Amino acid sequence: MPRRISNSQKTMTTVAAWTIGVLIFFPILWIFILSFKAEGDAIGTPLHVISSAWTFDAYGEVQGRSDYFKHFWNSVVLSLGSTLIGLAIAIPAAWSMAFVPGKRTKDLLMWMLSTKMMPAAGVLVPIYLIFRDLGLLDTRIGLVAILTLVNLPIIVWMLYTYFKEIPGEILEAARMDGASLRSEILYVLTPMAIPGIASTMLLNIILAWNEAFWTLRLTAASAAPLTAFIASYSSPEGLFYAKLSAASVMAIAPILIMGWFSQKQLVRGLTFGAVK
Amino acid sequence: MTISVRALMGACALSALASVAAAETTITVATVNNGDMIRMQTLMDDFYAKNPDIKVEWVTLEENELRQRVTTDIATKGGQFDVLTIGTYEVPIWGKQGWLVGLNDLPAEYDVDDLLPAIRGGLTVDGTLYASPFYGESSMVMYRKDLMEAAGLTMPDAPTWADIKAAAAAMTNKDAEIYGICLRGKAGWGENMAFLTAMSNSFGAKWFDENWQPQFDQQPWKDTVSFYLDLMNNYGPPGAANNGFNENLSLFQQGKCGMWIDATVAASFVTGADSTVADKVGFALAPDNGLGKRGNWLWAWSLGIPAGSQKVDAAKAFVNWATNKEYLALVASKEGWANVPPGTRTSLYSNEEYAKVPFAKMTIDSINAADPNAPTVDKVPYVGVQFVAIPEFQGIGTAVGQQLSAVLAGQTSLEEGLAAAQQLTVREMTRAGYIK
Repeated sequence: MPRRISNSQKTMTTVAAWTIGVLIFFPILWIFILSFKAEGDAIGTPLHVISSAWTFDAYGEVQGRSDYFKHFWNSVVLSLGSTLIGLAIAIPAAWSMAFVPGKRTKDLLMWMLSTKMMPAAGVLVPIYLIFRDLGLLDTRIGLVAILTLVNLPIIVWMLYTYFKEIPGEILEAARMDGASLRSEILYVLTPMAIPGIASTMLLNIILAWNEAFWTLRLTAASAAPLTAFIASYSSPEGLFYAKLSAASVMAIAPILIMGWFSQKQLVRGLTFGAVK
Repeated sequence: MTISVRALMGACALSALASVAAAETTITVATVNNGDMIRMQTLMDDFYAKNPDIKVEWVTLEENELRQRVTTDIATKGGQFDVLTIGTYEVPIWGKQGWLVGLNDLPAEYDVDDLLPAIRGGLTVDGTLYASPFYGESSMVMYRKDLMEAAGLTMPDAPTWADIKAAAAAMTNKDAEIYGICLRGKAGWGENMAFLTAMSNSFGAKWFDENWQPQFDQQPWKDTVSFYLDLMNNYGPPGAANNGFNENLSLFQQGKCGMWIDATVAASFVTGADSTVADKVGFALAPDNGLGKRGNWLWAWSLGIPAGSQKVDAAKAFVNWATNKEYLALVASKEGWANVPPGTRTSLYSNEEYAKVPFAKMTIDSINAADPNAPTVDKVPYVGVQFVAIPEFQGIGTAVGQQLSAVLAGQTSLEEGLAAAQQLTVREMTRAGYIK
């Protein structure tokens, strides 16, 4: 019999959920509002911001001044490229860790995660020098490589936890039927882990899309993605809130839309295996 | 091989040759996001007409982001940029390090002697010009003529700090949300410390004595900060510890400040279309205390060429175009004299048309009143008016700025704030080897 929930409890949880939702979404909403304001109005009090006139000027100016599509295309290449290469490396790695663990697998996993704890600035100069010597500065290949490396621990970890949920017996059965290692991973494991792989992929696209340390420091004019596009609209002397907001909205819109359409996958993937 | 295939191959070879002949050099220019630089990007047709074989790519970044980005590149000779927009703070340090290409060989039409001496001095190391100024600025008093008149006061062209205090007291009307004075309070070496360091010069204070000993425990710094606190606490806007250039600009444009002491470049904003008080603004020199130094700073955004660039000739052609006299005339013809990048050339200030711009005279007088090579009342071992041109200053300046911003916010007392500033500066300077 389902547990009975009183109406007041229902209202309370709804109100609480909406409050948290609005609080989390508020900064994005505010950026959205500011992007439709004149520069002079955008820096005023919140009341003034709301009541002042709405305009598309900021978008017009941003569009006129920067090459949005070049930055957009770079973002697409970097986030998709690094995620796909990352998955290609991480699926076999996570398979071996989940199904044929060795004595040191747990340590290895912890060590991989520990690399995420190192401040990126600490390795900036060595990486910069390596990139300089290999001619990778300001190239998409170089950035795809670095973003793959940066996000690889997370991809491996996520896939590892998803794979752990899949009963090893199913893979054994496939082996009994004579499946090679390749077909075992490709035709048995991967289809079963699709929700997990999909959510890993989505999360990594988002992480790579938003990555702003390496993408700003290793690029100049040709490989710069949307993070550099946003960074070009902040200014210490002069008003820029409306233009910066417009640039931000243009930069986050694609990923927001993608997230909106794939939220079912995302939630399913993130809670995959949560109930044992 | 058929004839058509041969013809095709021949055509390919020819077009390859043609593309070599018309090969253009692409240079990458790193720049800050400010009005004058953005305007330059819209005027590039003129450059391309004069230099058809050079293509320019822009990397525009926020000031602090740009500083970090180009510092990494220039220190590692990464060669990502061919022209850098750098400030008066970097040029002496980078010039000394050999990171910048000397610009003493720019063509005669560049007319190096036309550069304003104070600005040129800040960009020259041992007789070599290492960056060409694109625009220069100082700081000055911007005040509301109507409020001064209503208070029965007149602002002298060269006020003292006592004049400023009297004017601030007379103009403040907190019920009507009018605050006598708006000053920077937000922490940062280029934020509140730019203002306070320049202000301290007029109070006889200095960052270091000749042995590089920090001086925050001395009376002149105490006088400077207590006067600043007195002004801000009694006549300043609420929450001033969060106010930087942009916040004060907004307050002034909305008519909420009686006075604002900040960059001369603000003059075109407060008299521009966004300002509700555009026709009521007067200008005066930054104040002094009769000690021979005024509380104004000196800064120039300049174009320099990193030593790692492979395209020095094309980069020099661009620097020459962007900073010579013809460029000023070009901006004037397209956008009007008020929009010409100010503060770099003597000839601009002898131009009759430019003299009609309301803030022109006060800008040049302010620039001339600052001397980066002798910024303080006493002798000091460093160069720089509102900064100390040593690599460690960014970190120390920001840390001290945080202490003084906390004092303004009322989180710590004046004595505690200055003691903490002294302590951290001594520690950092010892660590860096200045104090033996």
